[in-house]
Amino acid sequence: MEIVLALGIGALAGSGVWLVLRPRTFQVIIGLSLLSYAVNLFIIAMGRLTREAPPVLTARAPGDPAQLADPLPQALVLTAIVISFATTALFLVVLLASRGLTGTDHVDGREPDA
Amino acid sequence: MPYEALLVAVLALPFAGSFLAALFRANARNAESWLAGGVALASLALAGAAYPLMAEGGIARYSAAWVPGLGLEFVIRMDGLAWAMTMLIAGIGFLVVLYARYYMSPADPVPRFFSFLLAFMGSMFGIVLSGNLIQLVFFWELTSLFSFLLIGYWHQTAQAREGARMALIVTSAGGLCLFAGVLLLGHMAGSYDLDHVLAAGDAIRSHRLYVPALILVLLGALTKSAQFPFHFWLPHAMAAPTPVSAYLHSATMVKAGVFLLVRLWPAMGGTHEWLWLVGSAGLVTFILGAFLAVFQQDLKGLLAHSTISHLGLITLLIGLDSPLGQVAAIFHIMNHATFKASLFMAAGIIDHETGTRDIRRLSGLWRFMPITGTLAMVAAAAMAGVPLLNGFLSKEMFFAETIEIHDGSPVDRALPYVVTAASMFTVAYSLRFIRDVFFGPPPTGLPRTPHEPPTLMRLPAEVLVLACLVVGIVPGYTVGPILETAVRSVLGAAVPEYSLAVWHGFTPELLMSAFAMAGGIAVYFLLRSWLLVCEGPPLFRHINGRRIFDRVLVTLSWRLARRLEEIFGSRRLQPQLRLLAAVALLAALAPFYMQDLVPRSMARPELDAAFALVWAVGIACALGAAWQAKFHRLAALILLGGAGLATCITFVWLSAPDLALTQLVVETVTTVLLLLGLRWLPKRLEEISPPARIRWYRGSDFAFALASGAGLAALAYAAMTRPSPDSIADFFVENAYTKGGGTNVVNVILVDFRGFDTFGEITVLGAVALTVYALLRRFRPAPESVPVPEQQRVQDIDDDAHPDRKKGDTVRSAMAVPGLIMRLLFPVIAVVAVYLLLRGHDLPGGGFVAGVTMAVAFILQYMARGTTWVEDRLRILPVRWMATGLLLAGGTGLGAWLFAKPFLTSSFSYLEIPLIGEIPMASALLFDLGVFALVVGATVLILIALAHQSVRSRRAPRSREAEATTLAPMAELR
Repeated sequence: MEIVLALGIGALAGSGVWLVLRPRTFQVIIGLSLLSYAVNLFIIAMGRLTREAPPVLTARAPGDPAQLADPLPQALVLTAIVISFATTALFLVVLLASRGLTGTDHVDGREPDA
Repeated sequence: MPYEALLVAVLALPFAGSFLAALFRANARNAESWLAGGVALASLALAGAAYPLMAEGGIARYSAAWVPGLGLEFVIRMDGLAWAMTMLIAGIGFLVVLYARYYMSPADPVPRFFSFLLAFMGSMFGIVLSGNLIQLVFFWELTSLFSFLLIGYWHQTAQAREGARMALIVTSAGGLCLFAGVLLLGHMAGSYDLDHVLAAGDAIRSHRLYVPALILVLLGALTKSAQFPFHFWLPHAMAAPTPVSAYLHSATMVKAGVFLLVRLWPAMGGTHEWLWLVGSAGLVTFILGAFLAVFQQDLKGLLAHSTISHLGLITLLIGLDSPLGQVAAIFHIMNHATFKASLFMAAGIIDHETGTRDIRRLSGLWRFMPITGTLAMVAAAAMAGVPLLNGFLSKEMFFAETIEIHDGSPVDRALPYVVTAASMFTVAYSLRFIRDVFFGPPPTGLPRTPHEPPTLMRLPAEVLVLACLVVGIVPGYTVGPILETAVRSVLGAAVPEYSLAVWHGFTPELLMSAFAMAGGIAVYFLLRSWLLVCEGPPLFRHINGRRIFDRVLVTLSWRLARRLEEIFGSRRLQPQLRLLAAVALLAALAPFYMQDLVPRSMARPELDAAFALVWAVGIACALGAAWQAKFHRLAALILLGGAGLATCITFVWLSAPDLALTQLVVETVTTVLLLLGLRWLPKRLEEISPPARIRWYRGSDFAFALASGAGLAALAYAAMTRPSPDSIADFFVENAYTKGGGTNVVNVILVDFRGFDTFGEITVLGAVALTVYALLRRFRPAPESVPVPEQQRVQDIDDDAHPDRKKGDTVRSAMAVPGLIMRLLFPVIAVVAVYLLLRGHDLPGGGFVAGVTMAVAFILQYMARGTTWVEDRLRILPVRWMATGLLLAGGTGLGAWLFAKPFLTSSFSYLEIPLIGEIPMASALLFDLGVFALVVGATVLILIALAHQSVRSRRAPRSREAEATTLAPMAELR
């Protein structure tokens, strides 16, 4: 299992880094989204992989940490997902405004010199 | 008299006076002088009142809590040494104020002057009275700051500005070093309290950090006291008004450095390092200062170099590392303050009354100002070490101390001869100061006809010179007890035998004095004719401290910065991101090397075919998105969604239902968002073959991406294959129900344990939504994006071609069935959202996912029926949703205050409702409701604002009124 998830994280991160380094704004935005998937999964992986034990207590009593998945990375990633939506939205609008103002979708706001 | 109140008063008075002085009118010279003089006298009297305690060897202390969390206290502590320094600072301060009253011209804005002077005096009190090292450094830096302001008082002249800047840079850089040194000292002694540090001398000296701490402290002290190689700032500080020079360079600023050395000697002295570092700095400064002083043509320049030299003498005494050396150093600190202050005042009088300070132009002034001349002569004689004056006494002690054997090295043995030779120069420049200025033919071509100054202007110098005489003749009855008090506070029980008598018989030190005197007179007369024409001192003419300083400054602040900018700076995003990614890659590689993080083999490697299949698709989607993002944006977007779904399934797989839910809905809105944005991006056609440069960039980026991906995969695998360390997660699992009242641990963490973080996060979300909205209000699309899109044009042509169809029918009929389903789904989705919200505390769900779900319900209506139709019927006021959410979440937190609990403390119970059953009623639910409302508002605001652009830009060219009417619902947003 671990190897599959590790490969998945690697593929997402590699594609993300490649796209973030590209010159067109849309590529960068897709790259950032892919990178955030990779990072979120990576954080979850730091809590180790646990199957069929969601961190929901079955009884109204103190839970046993050994029986449940690590809730801490989950809480971190939950906020990360929402915040990454916000940054994607902000970045999209900035890129639209930049495109409107400069007439190009190059990340530097002007076409590179040939 | 309670000593605590006295101490607070001494420290607070000057600062209060400084504040008051700043409020006076610009020409209120007399009022300012009364105020400043009154403050100085009051401080003097208050300090004087503490004498009985000091004479008994007592210590007065006042302490108040400062930063209790760090164990720091604000301590005012007065012992004998601090008391003597306080008297000196206050006494000479008073005389300087009196002198300044007559020295400052009516055109000078005096409130600024006196305000700075008083603040400076207060900072000096702060240094000598600090009972805590951190506090001492604070006041230390304050003196640097106020001396900068005082030296730069005549800021209209470039000289004053540069002198002030140089003094500030040198002394405050030293102050930073001192700060670091003091931190080390506190670490070694286990406390920053001065009493503790002084008592921990042995622990400090044997600590392995002793040498670094000593060097840092010395950097602070030596820069402040203008010791070689930092001496160059002092002559340039002479651009200050003379009262400032008289104060800063006699009793205060430069004395702070040597004061600190004496203060810390019991804790840090007594080692080989101390002897050599402090001693050699003092010796070199003593010789260099005396030598350079002889060749100065400016009266104040001569005095400045002589100050450097005398401070070198004091530093050398401290560096000689014997109790007797400390006695002599303290004594010379006092003596030097008196005669040097009066000499500066005399130089100021001469400047004031003749209009020049150039020794070459001055001569024969005795005729015009005999009294000033006498004063200067006595003071200069004290400086040279003539018997029956105070300078003689401390110089004898100095000579006696140099004769002693300290470590037996050749330098130590040669010391008496070296200092005698250097003292010749001391005598020579003292003689020059008197003979070239007051004797000889009458001056010619002076700007003003010289005459005696007003009586009161002369009075301060008279008092000081009188002190020189009295101390010099009857030391035992005058300065004796004071010196005893100061010395005992430093040396404690180990006060050595010393005698303050004028006559000790025919001793070696008397012989040295006689040699120095005779040699000095000889040097002066040998050099005399050449001195009047020389331009700067020989040998050192080309080694100019200032030039070196300027060069260093330019290199650091300008050349280096520009060079770094050339190397690393770019206004282009890609190189910056490459750099950032490279640094990240290197940082991520570190654990592999440093912690030997190699993947371990799993105990029982399991491979689930379904999971592997999901990721086969996920990886393909990710790679496809990377490949297609440039030319086929829609395809890339769909592939991105595929990768997101794989992530979502993984969350389900890994027991993270909350994440899976949130990821799913956020994925949906993100896709809608990007789809809305696609319309405004330019069409891109595939190029035939890119130039070689671009191909090279792509190749290197590809390698880089490959390395990053492989690296992160290896890191993740290596981490996953080793056991999990203990984390704070256990706490949350154990206490989620007992303390947070919920069984969904993730939700309890978000709304209860880490509620404040969540509150911050929803604030950010709200801020982002408003920013998006604000940016879009001014949005102007690129010209080629303004016309109706191609697909819509084709549909319109088709609609127009059929007589039985209206414009827009094609899209309407295409959307008829999905539109109906979407409309019917609205209540269903809304109920699901509320359900997710309510169950969130105990089961997967919560405010975030419920909020986004609700937003999806609204967005679907827009998609089904179009903007105009929806806004005619449904008034969503996203900004109000957001405001309600923030207020609700914040209010829930504040509510805890009503029950005297900290912000965001939650409470919970269960409520039995008929039919529905038992539902949890935690105050965290209210908080979650706030999160829900804000997320709904923010998401809807972002999406609607973006969607409105299509409506707006198409109508924009027609008329502004049309735009206004169609956008009426938007007006609500505004």
